[in-house]
Amino acid sequence: MADITNGSATVTRVYRPPPSQATGAIGWMRRNLFNSVLNSIITILLVLVIGMIVWNFLDWAVFKSVTSAKSGQECGKISPDGACWAFVVDKYRLIFFGTYPYEEQWRPLFACISVIAMLVLSCDRRFWNAWLAAIWGIGSIVTFLLMFGQIFVPLSVLLIVALVAGGVGLLLRRRAASAIEVVAYWVLATVGAVGLAVLLWDWVMGLIGAPDLMVRLSAFVPGFTIAPLSYVETSKWGGLPVTLILASYGLAFAFPLGILAALGRRSKLPLIKGLCVGYIELIRGVPLISLLIMASVMLPLFLPTGMTIDKFLRALVAVTLFAGAYIAEIIRGGLQSIPKGQYEAADAMGLSYMQKTAFIILPQALQVVIPPLVNTFIGFFKDTSLVLIIGIFDLLNAGEQAIVDRVWSGYANEIHVFLAIIYFCMCYSMSRYSKYLEREMNKSVRR
Amino acid sequence: MAVDARFSSTPPKPKVAPWNDPVIRGWFFQIVVVGLFVLLAVYLVQNTMENLERQKIASGFGFLEKEAGFEIGDTIISYSAADTYGRALIVGLVNTLRVAVLGIILATILGTLIGIGRLSSNWLLAKICEIYVEAFRNVPLLLWLLLIAKYIRESLPGPRQAWNLLDAFFLSNRGFYVPVPIADPIDKYVGIAFLIGIGVAWYVARWAKKRQEMTGQQFPRIWAGFGIIIGLPLVVWLLGGAPLKLSVPALQGFNFSGGVVLQPEFIALLIGLVLYTSAFIAEIVRSGILAINRGQTEASLANGLTRGQTMRLVLLPQALRVIVPPMTSQYLNITKNSSLAIAIGYPDLVASVNVTINQTGQAIEGILFIMAAYLTVSLSISLFMNWYNKRIALVER
Repeated sequence: MADITNGSATVTRVYRPPPSQATGAIGWMRRNLFNSVLNSIITILLVLVIGMIVWNFLDWAVFKSVTSAKSGQECGKISPDGACWAFVVDKYRLIFFGTYPYEEQWRPLFACISVIAMLVLSCDRRFWNAWLAAIWGIGSIVTFLLMFGQIFVPLSVLLIVALVAGGVGLLLRRRAASAIEVVAYWVLATVGAVGLAVLLWDWVMGLIGAPDLMVRLSAFVPGFTIAPLSYVETSKWGGLPVTLILASYGLAFAFPLGILAALGRRSKLPLIKGLCVGYIELIRGVPLISLLIMASVMLPLFLPTGMTIDKFLRALVAVTLFAGAYIAEIIRGGLQSIPKGQYEAADAMGLSYMQKTAFIILPQALQVVIPPLVNTFIGFFKDTSLVLIIGIFDLLNAGEQAIVDRVWSGYANEIHVFLAIIYFCMCYSMSRYSKYLEREMNKSVRR
Repeated sequence: MAVDARFSSTPPKPKVAPWNDPVIRGWFFQIVVVGLFVLLAVYLVQNTMENLERQKIASGFGFLEKEAGFEIGDTIISYSAADTYGRALIVGLVNTLRVAVLGIILATILGTLIGIGRLSSNWLLAKICEIYVEAFRNVPLLLWLLLIAKYIRESLPGPRQAWNLLDAFFLSNRGFYVPVPIADPIDKYVGIAFLIGIGVAWYVARWAKKRQEMTGQQFPRIWAGFGIIIGLPLVVWLLGGAPLKLSVPALQGFNFSGGVVLQPEFIALLIGLVLYTSAFIAEIVRSGILAINRGQTEASLANGLTRGQTMRLVLLPQALRVIVPPMTSQYLNITKNSSLAIAIGYPDLVASVNVTINQTGQAIEGILFIMAAYLTVSLSISLFMNWYNKRIALVER
């Protein structure tokens, strides 16, 4: 009812409500479920079929399920055609942490939290600057300290890092940086170079009688160890931390590789272009399994006699090489989307190739490809499950180990459903994030 | 007549130091990079030769001629343990191609249906298709494969209690049994008639197109084509006395005899690949349809085209342009993902090579074989799809 004052007279108008069939639940159903004969038939059929499937599943998973039992046989006695969640309850430690020493399993738990925290913080756009490096630096130390129990830092690695950091700083920011910064870069690079030269001299002096470069190199580097906890080797790692570490670090290492390969593929130098095209197309043409098998049976043949590489590291190398090729193609897409004027303007400003690439082209190209990169990460998170084939105990393989247990034989479906739920939660939240990013980044373009 | 350098049309070359000359620099960096690459390769090859010699592993592809000595459970072409490694690898390759081709066809059909379903005006249908896509996209394929394979092996009934359809199709934990027609002499002529039918249909289609371009008159060339391709063999078959003898699977003892069996591993791999990939294809199809402006439909209907013609002549050609490139990579994915067969015991190419490597120790040759085979298949699919893509691409001036 509404009162409308019209001049001196007051007219009272009665608004009738819309017909009840056009509003509310009934109206919604008429519009969305029964708006034509065909749709009505489809709706009824779907309700019947889906209802039956859902009912059967709930019957198995909830109504007839067993949550506490000592063995599979006991489950079978209590409820023959229900799910035996007691199996999952009994084995959840094995599934999440594999064969990591039982009393020490708080360490992989916190390592998982650390990796997930790194990933979540990396999702926040406010941290997309120097913070990102700090987060991953600190997070990595925490993660690997927890997982290994100790960290061995060879001196040569620190020197190489100093040399590279100083060198890159000098190359890129020689003109833009303040005098103090330039001096700092020079000091960094000099320390690295001199230190490495000394180590190299030491190595050359001791070379006589030494059989091989790699063995010699790995033997001579002095380093220091931080070891607050007992050492746990990678062959005992398992479950969720393995999946998380393989996916996030595989991608983190693959990222610079992908950038280099993408830049190389767009290079005008024929030999470099050829190498990059060969690498990208070769890797993209073969399945990941063949690379993993290669890493597990062929890599030992490539190395000098007496030198072995950890199986976990080998898998990480294979995943990195694989991811690098796919990331390169995504970044190439970003590079191609940069208008030619940007390149020409940078050239006209007198910027060198390095400066042009680092300050003008890459920031814009990477911005474009972030959503597809997140999608790639989801793909690799799922693909890490393939390391099962070369015998690394990731989340999926740890679940398979649980299934093998004779005490619970015949209840594989429960473990598989449980694993599927874990993977689904992680991948689905990441895909929601990717959708959100896409919307956020298109704000400036879309109106 | 000497021309003063200052007035010539080409500017004088600026004098630069050799280390600042971009051409010289370019070659310097290339030589350094390639040199490092060659050094690394030489180093690795040297190590490998040493290791092979030390472990007394033969090299070269001579092993392909030797007797394999292992059985393969599921073969189309004849194979026994007495055959050579080369034949075992070919059997594996054929198995890979079989599951890949079937997977591509089925996933395309299912994915297209689901993708269209997601755009349905029926809310329930759209939601269910969305849940389907999200559920299959966000769980690793390997987990789906293991789940399905284990389900078939453990939760399906044995042959005696097999699920039975029409007393001819049986599904049990030993596989899916289907009846097949028994070979008859007339089959040969039916096959020839089929090939002739394709040729005639192609000719009719060409003629119809030419006529339409000349006179504007239309001819139902799709229906006519189907009629000729199916009708011609049917007539031959009927003339031959319509022989129809089926080999129907029947329970004998503990297992079925007769018919053809699809092994449980094969079914699991096929179902897993199709369900997983169709979720991705559904998204591609949906985005392809959404990419078309709504005005296109309205304009074409306003021009008096029927709904079918609108779909076939206006919407589909435009949607395909968006759909084909990502679809190509999905087809490649199916082919590459079929290598996960090794995890559930289906004897595909990778599984055959793996056994070979374990028996002979010749890892390098085996992996080279895998890579060469997959690269060949991948490149052929890419070439075909690129050709198709070019054919349907927008012709611009």
